[in-house]
Amino acid sequence: MTEQVLETLPKRSRLTPRARNTIAGYLFILPWLVHFFMLILGAMLASLVISFTKTDLLTGFKWVGLQNYRDLFKDPLFIKSLRVTAIYTFTVVPLGVCVALSIALLLNQKVAFLGFWRLIYYLPSVVSGVAVAVLWTWVLNPRFGLLNVGLMRLGIPQDSLPRWIYSEKWAVPSFVLMGLWGAGGAMLLYLAGLQGIPTHLYEAAMIDGANAWQKFWHVTIPMLTPTIFFNMLMSIIGSFQVFTQVYVMTGGGPNNASLTIVLYLYQRGFVNLRFGYASAIAWILFFIILFFTMLVIRSSSMWVYYEGELKK
Amino acid sequence: MTSTARVTPRPQVRDWPLFWSKVGRIVGKVILYAVLAFGAYIFFLPFAWMVTTSLKPAAYAYEVPIQWFPKKITLDAYFYGWKTLPFPLFYRNTIIITAANIVGLVLSSSLVAFAFARIPFAGRDAWFLILLSTMMLPAQVTLIPIYLFWSKLRAVNTFWPLIVPEWLTNAYNVFLLRQFFMTIPLDYDDAARIDGASWFRIYSQIIVPMSKPALGVIAIQAFAWNWNNFLGPLIYLNETRKFTISIGLRLFQNQQSSKMPETMAMSVVALIPTLIVFFIAQRYFIQGIVITGVKG
Repeated sequence: MTEQVLETLPKRSRLTPRARNTIAGYLFILPWLVHFFMLILGAMLASLVISFTKTDLLTGFKWVGLQNYRDLFKDPLFIKSLRVTAIYTFTVVPLGVCVALSIALLLNQKVAFLGFWRLIYYLPSVVSGVAVAVLWTWVLNPRFGLLNVGLMRLGIPQDSLPRWIYSEKWAVPSFVLMGLWGAGGAMLLYLAGLQGIPTHLYEAAMIDGANAWQKFWHVTIPMLTPTIFFNMLMSIIGSFQVFTQVYVMTGGGPNNASLTIVLYLYQRGFVNLRFGYASAIAWILFFIILFFTMLVIRSSSMWVYYEGELKK
Repeated sequence: MTSTARVTPRPQVRDWPLFWSKVGRIVGKVILYAVLAFGAYIFFLPFAWMVTTSLKPAAYAYEVPIQWFPKKITLDAYFYGWKTLPFPLFYRNTIIITAANIVGLVLSSSLVAFAFARIPFAGRDAWFLILLSTMMLPAQVTLIPIYLFWSKLRAVNTFWPLIVPEWLTNAYNVFLLRQFFMTIPLDYDDAARIDGASWFRIYSQIIVPMSKPALGVIAIQAFAWNWNNFLGPLIYLNETRKFTISIGLRLFQNQQSSKMPETMAMSVVALIPTLIVFFIAQRYFIQGIVITGVKG
């Protein structure tokens, strides 16, 4: 219809409206096209090639084939970084879901001053980066730190208190704790999800004689699974790339107890100038993330409830 | 959701006397608020501690138990930090980069998202699918070649590597804005087209003015991300006078690691802009999270 009207207007060019749309479309997405071809596709190909070489990026590239990858799987530090990152991710992600969901459930109980509570819980997730890492370095300080001083007040003797980021055993749990402090972002998501659950479902459940627990388990949780799913996916991807806190607070120590994959990549590449090796690490990280993303997406049909989808 | 449809609705089971159910409800409320307050206390405590510690003279800062309201307040720690490293310069650098990137990101992602949401061009859906699939790619994969690229251009130790990519938009923001643009009825475009408006006029005079909240979300997120960005400046900037606040603070912490009030004070300095922006634009922060989450 639009096209017919346009026909009656004075012609501006001999191009058909469709051709003009296509030209306009590609002009508008030009920034993205440049981004895609240079910073993504081009860079990925270059990264793949670099991962098959030995290079400091300055004096040239020496082709070594799969050597970097073979070395990596025999590199105890790399194996360690895989373990550390996996332990971190698979602790902080489920615990994060629990903490964020619990707060969201509490805030969804028609509380007074909702805005105030939400603000307090959300605030830590807004601030991030080095300032927070510096703050937490002190919070976790074994002698003067807020955490240990607080635990001491609870009557735990000083010599049995953990040394947090200064001990091999507690380094990763320290970062998990810090991660949970920032669970507020996910909390907001769950809160929005909870508020989107139609009340008639609860009414129907009540008519059926469901108690609070049953309502929670058979209405709230199923209706929230899409939000949990999305959030879990994003946190897994993010947690595998954890870097700033670890770099600032422990540098991977003590004794590599908190050496994460990206930190190891940074050290090998930008500190030791072994960029081929570092690129190979990046590709392995990519496949790990791809694998877990696919796993979560594949498993979603078993536990994620989508409205409008027929139950088999 | 399988057994919601029963034939005879059972009446609500509540045989408690009214009094006890009321008591139960009040006790429940008390517990609810107690738990909430306790949690809020734990979440807020590190901030409070950071601020009081930064205001204490060094002699009192390490006292146990913690003095929440110090007997003596001083700004010495702030002055010390300010004198030791050029923090005003770090601030200036961060503001330049952040401001440039907010403008660039809002501009580029709104243009791209507009095309994906409104212009029916050949190959649109395929390109959008490609865009979505790049969201999974960890930045580390492309980090080294992009670094190589900038070092070949001799642009390492300049702000360009930190600014140009943002002006080329990113998948996440395009996705977010496109979702928002899709909610504006297409009738507006049709009417404008009939009047002979170009796509650019529709973009600048109809869609952008109607999308201020969503563009605000993009701007806020661009601010928060760029202000706190660490890996980028760490890799690209190597002269102290080029440093941003995040790597400047890291340097300070490295040099003065045993000085609690001083490092805390500089952390406060680094956090203040984020906190101010957050309090002013809280709505946009919250909306951003919700918009991204709704369309999982």
